Amino acid sequence: MYDPTVARLTYRALLGRRRAAILFLLPALLLLIAVAVRVLNGADDQVAADLLGGFALATMVPLIGVIAGTGAIGPEIDDGSIVYLLSKPVKRTTIITTKLIVAVAVTMVFSAVPTLIAGFILNGNGQQVAVAYTVATLVASIAYSALFLLLGTVSRHAVVIGLVYALVWEALFGSLISGAKTLSVQQWALALAHKVTGNGLVTSEVGLTTAVTLLVAVTVVATWFAGQKLRKLTLAGEE
Amino acid sequence: MSTLHIDHVSRWFGNVVAVNDITMSIGPGVTGLLGPNGAGKSTLINMMGGFLDPSTGSVTLDGQPVWRNESVYRSVGVVPEREAMYDFLTGREFVVANAELQGLGAAEAQRALATVEMEYAQDRKISTYSKGMRQRVKMASALVHEPSVLLLDEPFNGMDPRQRMQLMDLLRRMGADGRTVLFSSHILEEVEQLASHIEVIVAGRHAASGDFRKIRRLMTDRPHRYLVRSSDDRALAAALIADPSTAGIEVDAVDGGLRIQAVDFGRFTELLPRVARERGIRLLTVSPSDESLESVFSYLVAA
Repeated sequence: MYDPTVARLTYRALLGRRRAAILFLLPALLLLIAVAVRVLNGADDQVAADLLGGFALATMVPLIGVIAGTGAIGPEIDDGSIVYLLSKPVKRTTIITTKLIVAVAVTMVFSAVPTLIAGFILNGNGQQVAVAYTVATLVASIAYSALFLLLGTVSRHAVVIGLVYALVWEALFGSLISGAKTLSVQQWALALAHKVTGNGLVTSEVGLTTAVTLLVAVTVVATWFAGQKLRKLTLAGEE
Repeated sequence: MSTLHIDHVSRWFGNVVAVNDITMSIGPGVTGLLGPNGAGKSTLINMMGGFLDPSTGSVTLDGQPVWRNESVYRSVGVVPEREAMYDFLTGREFVVANAELQGLGAAEAQRALATVEMEYAQDRKISTYSKGMRQRVKMASALVHEPSVLLLDEPFNGMDPRQRMQLMDLLRRMGADGRTVLFSSHILEEVEQLASHIEVIVAGRHAASGDFRKIRRLMTDRPHRYLVRSSDDRALAAALIADPSTAGIEVDAVDGGLRIQAVDFGRFTELLPRVARERGIRLLTVSPSDESLESVFSYLVAA
């Protein structure tokens, strides 16, 4: 299920690329805004919840998920270097699950950790807001990584499609149109965040059971499908 | 000792047939897969390496299917044509990673790097390597587990003559050790120097098979076509057709000149200038009209 060598190659590829700058930039921006808000506005639970919900969960996590999820496999398939993994006695499902674990870990480190810190900066975790959104980002990290990893195995334009999904669907429709909200990783994660705070500060459009079911289903199905895609991946001649 | 069996294998992409009903066995020793660009060599090698499924037919290694069977890679090493490898790693890190994926370690990686004489640059990033150095590190990554089968797609592309010689020596040694080595190339001389056995692929078909003497003979004995322009085309034509080395001559009224088909290459090249001199005819143009590799190969298909 997990191969340490594949993991090492994956995270070095992820963090060694120029795109990785976004991984550092977005959390830095979040922390900067948190400090600014706290200094200028003082501690306010509602403002904290709005910032963590509107920026950290709705924008930062999907963006980092796109970079980590597609970046964990897409470039290798594009340039053909994946052949060095495929030509080894390593199960292709192991390659996929390993890459998923790395993508999840990277997304969690670069989104959940800064979310927690930002939450404490904003209102000192008042009404459990920081912890609630940290839980939400952790959960969302898993689902986004699985989705975008699949996207990376399916399309050469994974990053663009991923960005459109992350920004248009999750950030815009997911916040505005109620129908889209049921099919939004963000809302599923919010359902868990709501459970943690247990008050009206954090709300979700979907119930906890539905949210958990959908999160698990999306993660499992996306990972399974990505494994199938990799098993059938052909390296066509370039003649 | 391992043998790859390719049994009635075809592969098409949409409407394009890349490989057309090929059957061959690749056994121990060095085999060259020869054919012009676009003949289907890479497609065939990708199927042998388990990276592509045949549309029909089967590829097996000692009875085991290679498609969707990761375990064959314990005894197969692959050197792909594409340049891309993990450029952000050093050569050593790359080979060590390949060794680990085979369940081996740093010691085996070091030995493979020594085999390809890349120890001197092993701690440099792959992104700084020349094409020849990349090729050697790719070789090392394919050799770490001492595979009994080695597949190389156009391994000599972009190598300088010295690197080429080194790689040829290495492959020759591996073949002599009883390993099954298969490499593709579109250059006859390359294949001739290295391979004890040659398989020729043209337009997706298996055109010829044999040792290099047989292939060479097939290639030089084929009819040659020439376009000749002279001060007196008809007189020249009359003199040439009298000799058995010439099978047919056509007078090209539109472009001017003669289209000559010679069946005995050596004799014809000696005959033409002699006849012209004896008859006082000036030769203005003598050009082989079908010397492209493509036509050489297509002759083989017909043969």
